[in-house]
Amino acid sequence: MNSFGKMAVYGLVLVLAVLAALNAHDSLFAAHAIVFALACAIAIVVTAKRAGASADTGDGEKYLDGVVRAGTIATLFWGVAGFLVGVTIASQLAFPALNLEWAFTNFGRLRPLHTSAVVFAFGGNALIATSFYVVQRTTGARLAFGNLAWFVFWGYQLFIVLAATGYLMGVTQSREYAEPEWYVDIWLTIVWVAYLLVFLGTLYKRKEPHIYVANWFYLSFIVTIAMLHIVNNMAMPVSFLGSKSYSLFSGVQDALTQWWYGHNAVGFFLTAGFLGMMYYFVPKQANRPIYSYRLSIIHFWSLIFMYIWAGPHHLHYTALPDWAQTLGVAFSIMLWMPSWGGMINGLMTLSGAWDKLRTDPIIRMMIISIAFYGMSTFEGPMMAIKSVNSLSHYTDWTIGHVHSGALGWVGMVSFGALYYLTPRLWNRDRLYSLRLINWHFWLATLGIVVYASSMWVSGIMQGLMWREYDAQGFLVYSFAESVAAMHPFYIIRAIGGAMYLAGALIMCWNIYQTIRGNKRNEAPMGVVASEAA
Amino acid sequence: MLEKHEKIEKSATLLFVLSFIVVTIGGLVEIAPLFYLENTIEKVKGMRPYSPLELAGRNIYIREGCYLCHSQMIRPFRDEVERYGHYSLAAESMYDHPFQWGSKRTGPDLARVGNRYSDEWHVQHLINPQSVVPESVMPRYAFLAKTEVRTDDAAMHLKANVMVGVPYTKAMLENAATDMVAQATPDHDGADAVAARYPKAHTRDFDGDPKRVTEMDALVAYLQMLGTLVDFKAYKAEDNLR
Repeated sequence: MNSFGKMAVYGLVLVLAVLAALNAHDSLFAAHAIVFALACAIAIVVTAKRAGASADTGDGEKYLDGVVRAGTIATLFWGVAGFLVGVTIASQLAFPALNLEWAFTNFGRLRPLHTSAVVFAFGGNALIATSFYVVQRTTGARLAFGNLAWFVFWGYQLFIVLAATGYLMGVTQSREYAEPEWYVDIWLTIVWVAYLLVFLGTLYKRKEPHIYVANWFYLSFIVTIAMLHIVNNMAMPVSFLGSKSYSLFSGVQDALTQWWYGHNAVGFFLTAGFLGMMYYFVPKQANRPIYSYRLSIIHFWSLIFMYIWAGPHHLHYTALPDWAQTLGVAFSIMLWMPSWGGMINGLMTLSGAWDKLRTDPIIRMMIISIAFYGMSTFEGPMMAIKSVNSLSHYTDWTIGHVHSGALGWVGMVSFGALYYLTPRLWNRDRLYSLRLINWHFWLATLGIVVYASSMWVSGIMQGLMWREYDAQGFLVYSFAESVAAMHPFYIIRAIGGAMYLAGALIMCWNIYQTIRGNKRNEAPMGVVASEAA
Repeated sequence: MLEKHEKIEKSATLLFVLSFIVVTIGGLVEIAPLFYLENTIEKVKGMRPYSPLELAGRNIYIREGCYLCHSQMIRPFRDEVERYGHYSLAAESMYDHPFQWGSKRTGPDLARVGNRYSDEWHVQHLINPQSVVPESVMPRYAFLAKTEVRTDDAAMHLKANVMVGVPYTKAMLENAATDMVAQATPDHDGADAVAARYPKAHTRDFDGDPKRVTEMDALVAYLQMLGTLVDFKAYKAEDNLR
């Protein structure tokens, strides 16, 4: 499409959005229609400017890397935003006065903002950016469909803004990790189909006969998220110009649909996608081939097959029929094996090069990430066992588990990938500072340990207090007493989160200086004087 | 065997189609039967759709993210049954679009909070939770008492529920807006009709401000009916083994 055609489309959408705002059923929908109209206006201005100065579009270059650069910055930006909201709501649980007696800053509205910001804004941008980089490098082809990748990038940012402002205003479906309302869901569907087209189109254009294993994981992540997103968000709007909808399913069917989605948001968004990242960046940074090709085939197919079945473990001992719960346990436990298949393949890639752990903090970050992946994919199946779950469910243990996976695995492997990418994307011969990466590594690692261990203690304590009986057969604790007992652990947890945030801020400084082309004058790492020669 | 995998690795179409097939199976086997196996939802007496005011209260509950800290699903354990009441049945959320079972208990379960506390307690607790439960970490919701609930689109909300399968009758749809006001207004002419259309619905002023129907009225009306509908004297668990 030429720029005139594009501007016409944006203009048409802009008019429709303004009409929607004027005729909206409620003020929240009107606010979102205005956001949408503003986005169209910006798109028109940018397209017009581009058309004026069409000299350098970069089309001559082999790869489309501008969108990866933008994605790198977006990942950092949303990461810091998401961690900051996380520290905020952690502090609110320790000190409820921090809710500020204002609807917009209450815990109930900020928590979805936190989860979506870290999962979809930070994680999603990391996945989109790295998948665009990896698919080009492993196929030898430029991204398909011209600038459609840019539409994916900006369309996804618009989705994030709509979702985030919606949460603050109280627009939510109450489906965990799928809170955005029906119209935002439709927008994301459009963006996601474009993403699939770009990715699959690039695979079709490939100059290598084989499709590299990282791309299998990225592709299955894109495909499965599309399926999950569409099925889980089916709903009937109250008005087609209003923000509220009612889920198509109810009660028990709705619950299992949601947790089929919810568990696989973990399984495919936070696992399969990031395994794709691992399969490219770990071998690259270590300069070693993947440990086992056979293992990657076996664990790929078994992982994507089994993950889908594990959703019911979120509904143990609920009104979900027992047969579904039992299937959920069985597959959750089996899932341990393909998960560890991925861990082994990642860790063993370093065999023969373990000394790099001493000198290369990027590799260290990637390896600890895989170690956390192994730990949380062991903890998950364990918590899926019904008797364990009867204690852990509804407690902070679940929160700790999620964070060892999200901060440890997802966060660390993304940081590693971004540290790898930045000098290459901006043509710098090295990062600003390796020692700052080391600081980031230790702050983040210790932050996770503080976070997870405080949640283990508080979660198990909570579960035990709820079920404790005295000798006369009375419940020992009131619920309020269990809340009071959590207080010190909520403070410790907030400190752990703040350490992780501090590490991310150091990373931002490091990346910023690298992009500017600065190099910190520092002694090399892990090198003893005698070895340096 | 693994050599044959090369075929898949060399075709983006095969990889795309096969991985899609592989990821659909689990959901088909686990979710689809819930829609046709009759023993998924028990047969109980007493379930009815939410009254317009309760539904509005439920939407406020969703809007404020209450489900993030409060479950509505009592598990069949001795401690939970003693603490919260009879374990939850699938039938009790049959009209819940979406479900509100929750996943975390930062606060207590609310599946049977109805009729347990007075309206005054709820209002005071929502305005300032720490004033009645000093240990609480709940945010304050004083603004609910200052905001009038929207009544003009009550029928549209009911209609959307009908579209997804909730059996609201014609009379319920026609009187939705009036029913909403009547339920929270003392001595309203329509109060008896609300009680007749929605058995066990509480019809009274909930928030201590009888002149206005506020979001506080709606939320407390919803909380006060939670878990009160099913007649457990007529329910026999043995008849519903599954």
